[in-house]
Amino acid sequence: MSAKTWLPLLALAALTGCRQDMHDPPRYRAQGSSDFFSDGRVNRPVVEGTVARGQLRADTKFYQGREGGEFVKTLPVELTKDLVKRGQERYNIYCSPCHGMVGDGEGMVVQRGFRHPPSFHLERMRELPVGHYYDVITNGFGAMSSYASRIPVKDRWAIVAYVRALQLSQNATMQDVPEAERGKLSQEGRQ
Amino acid sequence: MSQIFHPSANTIAKVSIFGAIFFAGGLLVILNEVNRSPYVTRVGVAREQPVPFSHKHHVGGIGIDCRYCHTAVETSSAAGIPPTETCMSCHSQIWADSPMLEPVRASFRTDRSIEWTRVHDLPGFVYFDHSIHLKKGVGCVTCHGRVDQMPLMYQQNTLNMEWCLDCHRAPEKYVRPREEVFRMDYRPQESQQVIGARLVKEYKIRKLTDCSVCHR
Ligand code: HEC
Ligand code: HEC
Ligand code: HEC
Ligand code: HEC
Ligand code: HEC
Ligand code: HEC
Repeated sequence: MSAKTWLPLLALAALTGCRQDMHDPPRYRAQGSSDFFSDGRVNRPVVEGTVARGQLRADTKFYQGREGGEFVKTLPVELTKDLVKRGQERYNIYCSPCHGMVGDGEGMVVQRGFRHPPSFHLERMRELPVGHYYDVITNGFGAMSSYASRIPVKDRWAIVAYVRALQLSQNATMQDVPEAERGKLSQEGRQ
Repeated sequence: MSQIFHPSANTIAKVSIFGAIFFAGGLLVILNEVNRSPYVTRVGVAREQPVPFSHKHHVGGIGIDCRYCHTAVETSSAAGIPPTETCMSCHSQIWADSPMLEPVRASFRTDRSIEWTRVHDLPGFVYFDHSIHLKKGVGCVTCHGRVDQMPLMYQQNTLNMEWCLDCHRAPEKYVRPREEVFRMDYRPQESQQVIGARLVKEYKIRKLTDCSVCHR
């Protein structure tokens, strides 16, 4: 064979050789491994003590659920229907496996042997300030681990709002129902 | 000088020209088949993992939401594999002495990540983003299959370009209401045709088939 024929052939063969390199280029992907960093991880933690612009988190009411060292008793965010709805969704994802859908502490994981959390409907639990709930999600409590890395701050408050709604729902009386809706309720009850 | 070739060589030559075409064609078909076979695409091939983590038990059995572990899936391009702390939020107490979970505990003690084997792996020249697909109503199950029935994770679809495009050309065949994206056993209430067409309008779903959508 002359060089005219085999050179292009060689070039073709070389090209196919490159294929896998193009599929897997030498760059880092999220959560990959690296032998450059001593912990073997591609994802780098923020250097300790770093405060990014706009992330001073000086608002202790919002970020720590405390004011002057005491737990806050009212939500530091505006209470809206959307907030409670968001809270419901997030509660069902992150809390219901243990605390149960209605907050009675009978979640599936508890039924498989996890420590029994207290029901949110106990007298003691209903009297705890909202700041305490926020603090538990952020820092964990006894056997329960912290959820800070998985739930953003705003969502934590949404969950707290929803837990309050759950507590109301299990201890409601006719007086809590708006006048216009009462007839509907008693009617449904009778059916 | 006598002839070198017998006259029948003419036929042989003709046949072999046809033969070569068929042979080359056949080779292409075979290559194509190989390229689409599970051997290359790895569809349906369950992977060995350092811990035999079962979506069947955790999702199907206990009913944990995908987002408990794949936290980032709604907001970022990658769904993310959960860190060891996520496992330990339950396994600090459940099956806490099981030898099966020793790699998890070891990882927690030593702060070395568990090295899961990647199951879905697009080539580096393809851009993919989870968050937009979820926002536009594509369910996990449409791409990943019945994860809640997988004792070990495997790939349900080829992830070929053809597969992406099949949906990008006609998203109405697959989209569902946003609230149902995480449901594994979703069944459309009306026919998919009706719902699909409505959702495409409601969510303003475009038909993205330009090369630069995925190759950027
Ligand atoms: C893996 C199971 C599990 C999950 C998930 C979980 N918890 Fe808990 N939680 C517990 C257990 C167990 C306790 C009791 C801890 C103890 O007493 O050692 C507890 C305690 C609490 C308490 C404190 C009760 C007290 O006595 O003051 C609050 C508040 C609480 N959980 C809220 C939440 C919220 C909100 C979420 C969702 C973001 C959540 N939990 C998710 C298991 C869980
Ligand atoms: C208890 C935590 C947990 C839950 C809940 C969970 N996953 Fe996973 N998932 C994992 C872990 C750990 C892996 C990595 C090991 C593996 O591939 O099996 C994984 C891997 C995957 C992969 C393959 C990743 C790859 O390597 O390509 C997909 C797809 C996936 N999960 C989808 C889902 C879906 C969909 C749901 C909800 C129906 C879900 N997961 C719920 C923990 C979880
Ligand atoms: C929300 C709680 C929870 C989380 C988070 C969780 N598990 Fe589990 N896991 C369980 C329960 C409960 C069982 C027991 C299953 C049963 O009884 O059916 C279990 C069982 C297991 C088993 C035993 C074999 C099997 O599948 O039954 C393995 C292995 C396991 N988990 C690995 C993991 C890994 C790895 C992670 C982290 C990615 C993880 N689990 C996260 C609750 C959890
Ligand atoms: C439109 C199709 C599609 C949908 C919908 C989808 N995925 Fe994926 N998923 C993929 C593809 C493609 C990959 C491979 C990405 C890569 O290799 O870069 C992937 C990768 C993953 C991975 C591996 C880790 C990573 O982040 O790359 C996990 C975990 C995962 N998906 C979970 C989920 C969950 C949970 C849902 C539902 C909430 C979901 N996926 C919905 C197509 C999809
Ligand atoms: C089952 C349907 C379906 C499948 C399968 C699918 N997609 Fe999509 N994809 C969509 C829809 C719907 C959109 C949103 C279109 C819009 O923005 O209106 C989208 C949007 C995108 C976008 C645009 C994101 C942006 O930020 O502009 C990219 C990139 C993309 N898909 C890549 C992929 C790739 C790569 C695959 C195959 C691995 C894939 N998709 C498979 C339905 C699908
Ligand atoms: C919806 C997303 C999407 C769009 C749009 C798209 N591609 Fe692709 N393309 C892919 C995926 C995914 C692969 C990888 C398939 C595989 O892994 O085998 C791919 C692979 C390829 C390859 C093969 C590279 C190789 O070495 O295997 C070529 C060439 C290519 N695309 C060209 C194009 C061109 C040209 C267009 C526009 C007409 C286009 N693509 C549009 C998703 C897309």
